[in-house]
Parts: sequence; C-alpha cells; structure tokens
Amino acid sequence: MLPTETLDIILLTLRIAATALVLGLPVALVTGYALARWRFPGKTLVSALVNVPLVLPPVATGYGLLILFGRTGPVGQVLYDWFGVTLAFQWTGAALAAAIMAFPLMVRPIRLSFEAVDPKLRPAAETLGASRLTVLRTVTLPLAFPGILAAGILGFAKAMGEFGATITFVSNIPGETRTIALAIHTLTQVPDGERAVLVLIAISLGISIVAIALSEVVAERVSRAARAL
Amino acid sequence: MLSVDVAAALGNTEIRAQFATGSGVTALFGQSGSGKSTIVNMVAGLVRPRAGRIEIDGTVLFDSSARIDIPARKRHVGYVFQESRLFPHMSVARNLTYGQWAGRRKGSRDFDEVVRLLGLEDLLNRPPETLSGGERQRVAIGRALLASPKVLLMDEPLASLDGARKAEILPYLERLRAEAGVPILYVSHALDEITRFADDLVVVSDGSVLAYGPIADVLGRIDLGPATGRHEAGAILEGVVRERDRSFDLTGVTVESERFFLPGLDAPLGTPVRLRVRARDVSLALEKPTAISIQNVIRAEVFEIGKPQGPYVELVLAVGAQRLRARVTTKSAAVLDLHRGKPVFALIKSVAIDRRSIGPVRSADEV
Repeated sequence: MLPTETLDIILLTLRIAATALVLGLPVALVTGYALARWRFPGKTLVSALVNVPLVLPPVATGYGLLILFGRTGPVGQVLYDWFGVTLAFQWTGAALAAAIMAFPLMVRPIRLSFEAVDPKLRPAAETLGASRLTVLRTVTLPLAFPGILAAGILGFAKAMGEFGATITFVSNIPGETRTIALAIHTLTQVPDGERAVLVLIAISLGISIVAIALSEVVAERVSRAARAL
Repeated sequence: MLSVDVAAALGNTEIRAQFATGSGVTALFGQSGSGKSTIVNMVAGLVRPRAGRIEIDGTVLFDSSARIDIPARKRHVGYVFQESRLFPHMSVARNLTYGQWAGRRKGSRDFDEVVRLLGLEDLLNRPPETLSGGERQRVAIGRALLASPKVLLMDEPLASLDGARKAEILPYLERLRAEAGVPILYVSHALDEITRFADDLVVVSDGSVLAYGPIADVLGRIDLGPATGRHEAGAILEGVVRERDRSFDLTGVTVESERFFLPGLDAPLGTPVRLRVRARDVSLALEKPTAISIQNVIRAEVFEIGKPQGPYVELVLAVGAQRLRARVTTKSAAVLDLHRGKPVFALIKSVAIDRRSIGPVRSADEV
C-alpha cells in the first residue's frame, strides 16, 4: 500500500468521525438533558430506543439504515427528491452510520453527568437573579462538562472504529467509504497484507492517544477557567 | 416591610399564612414539617401559592386575584438555604458576586464591606468544598446580601451545623442583624437560637400561623399551648447588666425593679440583655423564702391563669410591665389559691437560665 493511499484512508476516517461527532453530539446533548431533567410521557420508550444500536447487531443497524436511507427507502427517497442528497454508498452515509452507532455511547455519560448536577442549585441561582438560560450556561453546563467531554471522546472513538453498520450501509468503497477499520478488514483478506495492517493499527492507536491527551488538556483548562476570578 | 397572606397545599397539609414583618429580624418558628419552609419558598417565588398576596415595601410580588406572579429571579429576595447551595465549580469570590455577574443585580452593597462583615477575607480564593459548614453558610449569606435583596430569608441556616460550628457563626448573625440594614425572615425550630436575636416572632403550627408580633408578647402568651414549645415554653425578659460578682462569677441583671443573678456574663455594666426563662423552671411562693439556694426571688403578680391541662397549669406573671411564664401543678395552684392579681414570689434557679439564649437587645430603636 502506498503512503498516499494510507494518508487518504486516515483523512477520510477522521473526516467521517468528525462529521459523526458534529452531527451526533448536539442531539445526544439534548437527549441526555431531557432524559436527566425532564418528565414526559414515553420517557422509558425514548430511553430504550436510544440504546437500540447498542444491543442490535451492527449489521442489522446498517441494514435498517439501508432500508430507510437507500435511494428508494422512505427517508432516502425524500432526501433525494427534495434535496438531491444520497447517503447510501457515500462517505456522508458512513458518517450517519457512525453517528447512530455512537449515539447511545454519547447519551449515557451526558445523562449521568446532568443527573449528578444538584437540582437545588437552580433555585439558588434564580433567587440571585439568574434566568434559566444563564443558570444553564453558568451552572449546569460547566458542572456537566466532564461528562460531555467523555461523551465526545467515546463517540469519536466509536465513530473511528465503526465497522458493521458502515460496511452494510455504505459498503467498502476505496476513497469514499473505506475507513481504517474497513481497510484493515480488506488487507486481512489479501496475501502480504500484514505489514499494512500493522501500520494502520499503529496509526489508530496513535490517533486515540492524541485524542485522549487532548481531551485531558481541555478538561484541565475548563475546570481552571471555571475556578478563576 | 414584608406582608404575606397566602394559602397553599403541601401534600395533605393546608398552608394558611398571614403575617407581616418589621424592619428587624422576624423568626418563623414551628416544629419540623409545620410548613415554615413552604412559606419562605412562597416568599422567594420558588413555590406558587394557590391564592393570596405577597407584598414587599409596597411592591406586589404575588397576587392571585390580580394574576401577578413575579418570578424568583426578579423578586430581589435573598435566600440562605439550609445546605448553603454554593456553586461547587466556582471560587468563593465568584460565588459571592454571582448575583452581580450572572444575575445582573446592580450591587448597591460594597463587596469589601460584606467580606469584612462576615469575616471572609481569607476564603476568597478557596473552592467551596474546602470550607467548613459554618464558613459555607457565611459565604451563602454574603452571596445573598451582595445580590441587593429587599429582605433576607434564612431557612434554618444553623440546622446542619454541630454545636461548635453554631457557636462560631452566631456572632456573625448578630453582626448581620446590627449592620446589614435589611429585614431578615429567619426560619428555625430552635427557640434558644430565636430568642437570642429575633425582634418579632411568627408561630407556625400544622401549616397555619397561630400568632405573630413582638417576640416577648408572643412568647408570653399561654393560649398558644405547645406551639411555642412544650418543654421549652418560656418568656423573654429584657433587662440591663447592673452588677458583676467576680468572687462567685455571677452577673446581676435588673429587669424592671427586680434583680436577677445569672451565671457570669461577659458583658459590661449597662449592657441591655435579653433572657429567656422557661415556664417549667419557675416555682411560686406566697411568702419570701429565706435560707434557700435559689438566688432569684422575684416579686410578681399573677396576671393570667390558663386552663389546667392534666396535672399542670400555665400561668402568666406580671413583673412590672414585663411578663414571666410559670408552669406549676394544678394542685399547687389550688393549695396556694392562685388567682388573678395575687402577689407572689417567683423562684428561679440561676443555673436554669439558659446561657445560650442570653443575647444583646436590639440597640437601635429599643427603650
């Protein structure tokens, strides 16, 4: 395998994982907050649905996505007819698959961290003149931040390594959907692929270590900023 | 001036509260579960009354008939919670100024002055988790004060502290009363805390306000029964330190024209003080006893006799213009033929006068 090929695979993987994170984290944030703080009918059902990708075989999730988002699927057709967007067999589809597979892993730490914030702090802040939005910005979110950060790392890691749903939904197309995980799979099928497999594994390892180290730095910075003044 | 007239439901208890407070410290007294916290939460805007009206300095905070319900953040009501509720991710200084930077309250109060008043100088950069319980409460008080409240609500601020921590924070509360210049509504179920520094008293029992008014008047009433404490029931007397007996470590306090001897007080002559005498610690005699260990033999007059409750009967005695309460057996009352206007001697052991309840009298507008 050529070095440029390897680099393309890495960049594609990072692009897919980053897109999945940008797509999934805000939704996971709202879902986690709602599950922690709101009371609404069907809460248990929502909580169960969120976890479906965790318990279903990834291949099944990928197949489900193919049925829903394929060009002739109920969602895919609408997307194509109205917006001219196709997800199946595209890198954007890989990002969607990764986001959905990472979703339950992101919701859980977010929900737990919001639940850990003392709900009595809000009335205290309100008597001091803070609006609900200000309380969210100055109290709830900063206190839940470690959990949100953990969710981001976990989600990014899961998105980087996603395999089953991705290969089923968007196949294994070089330059379009062949991420590191899929490339490793392909290389294990060909003779003399071991060297390249090892290189890709080493690169994956390097990316995870850098990501975790970066998040530690961010966590440290944020907690220091909150303490300041 | 805060005036409250509200109704609300708390579980199965119906809350009915109607009272007004003065410019000093008003204590909201009642047993646990009597609805005190719900009442202050309604004042703060954290619990909505079913009906009624809450007004502060002429501003309506809540009026069910006019459909006015000012949200908590706009009420300018300072709230010191029992568990202090400091923001754990902010320094003490950042907590103190929260009302200003997050609540956009224009601080009419000087930061340094509040810090000095509550002795917070050395705590400003500390995170809340490193503070003791008493320090936390002082920070919580400062945080509420710096948000420029029109009234300060304190919900059992000492309840979660042990004896030593309570003793540590009490002097600050007394300074607060003297210097904060903001009316305080102080919730407590501990009479000794209240009698130290409350000016007015609101008695709450089973969700209803039974009585309110100047503390000595309310505590002097026997018709409130156990609502002002069964074992703790007692009256408040105000007097002046007139004598110090160093050889026996006693302090003489003159109440009206009578002299009380208390265990040594650390107060200069001329200091006005307030003492609480429990009804069960008062005995009566028709003649002045001699050769008796009791130091305080007070000339009084029977002012009111309550209805006998089993073996006991409650009495109110007049000591000049002030009132003393006594609880004696119904039998003694019969044997001594007690009736209104009868002169008696009230016997009170010096050691029975609760030292913790002895507090300075409000210095500004009394006498």
